[in-house]
Amino acid sequence: MSLIRYRTPELAAWPSFDRWSNLRDELNTLIELPLWPNSGRQAQLFSGWSPALDLYQNNDNVVAVVELPGMHKEEIEISLHDGTLTISGERKSESPKSANGEKAERSERYVGKFRRSVTLPTRVDATKVNASYRDGILTITLPKAEEAKPKQIQINAG
Amino acid sequence: MNTTVREDRETQQFRAPAASVTEDGEGYVLQVEMPGVSKDGLEISIENNELTITGRRSPSEVEGTLVHRESRRENYRRTFELDPSIAAGKIGAKIDQGVVTLILPKAEEVKPRKIEVS
Repeated sequence: MSLIRYRTPELAAWPSFDRWSNLRDELNTLIELPLWPNSGRQAQLFSGWSPALDLYQNNDNVVAVVELPGMHKEEIEISLHDGTLTISGERKSESPKSANGEKAERSERYVGKFRRSVTLPTRVDATKVNASYRDGILTITLPKAEEAKPKQIQINAG
Repeated sequence: MNTTVREDRETQQFRAPAASVTEDGEGYVLQVEMPGVSKDGLEISIENNELTITGRRSPSEVEGTLVHRESRRENYRRTFELDPSIAAGKIGAKIDQGVVTLILPKAEEVKPRKIEVS
């Protein structure tokens, strides 16, 4: 059984860069999907795991928060390229007993690959990115590049 | 006991978390996804053969303006009906990286067993 992420209507009101990143995600999925001749391609495109991603901004940092329950931190990959932050990975089925005939009765949890990309609102210093993983939540702190930080400009009295 | 207090609690907004149940001869393993919930925010109760798991999110530690949000702020709650074969007194639970795992062992008398022919 696959669950389809419920998309709230207010998504349409997000700034344009978010919509572009959604489109990019979808395109990425398209490229990576093998062509199964018999299974519904449509269904594969819109189902699967798309972890929820929140983005915050303050004077010094851009912070991305991703819900990734039940992963090992080694299975999560974070990359930054050209102002786009990508979080990807794979969740493996973790039933240790499946070898001796354990049967799945019901599963709504998604197992497999995921990939999320988001275009960052400002330039960041890629060398100082910090990430932590706690309670199934991945928090990535990206310090803003010096030139992107808000600056107070002194007015000199003449 | 004040019943109004209880009604207030019931009107809180919850969402049902994703879950999986697997079964083998020894019992069931129930896993529930509750990202953002730590051990302190977890509450598991059994009443009338119904197992209820409630998870309350730890407050976000991120400072700043929200630019984009997909996550939901509701806490989690889901109720499962327990199979009569489960030994309710022996249920074990743990939470690891936002996933609650419950081990629900079957009572000794319902476990499959081999009968020796003498």
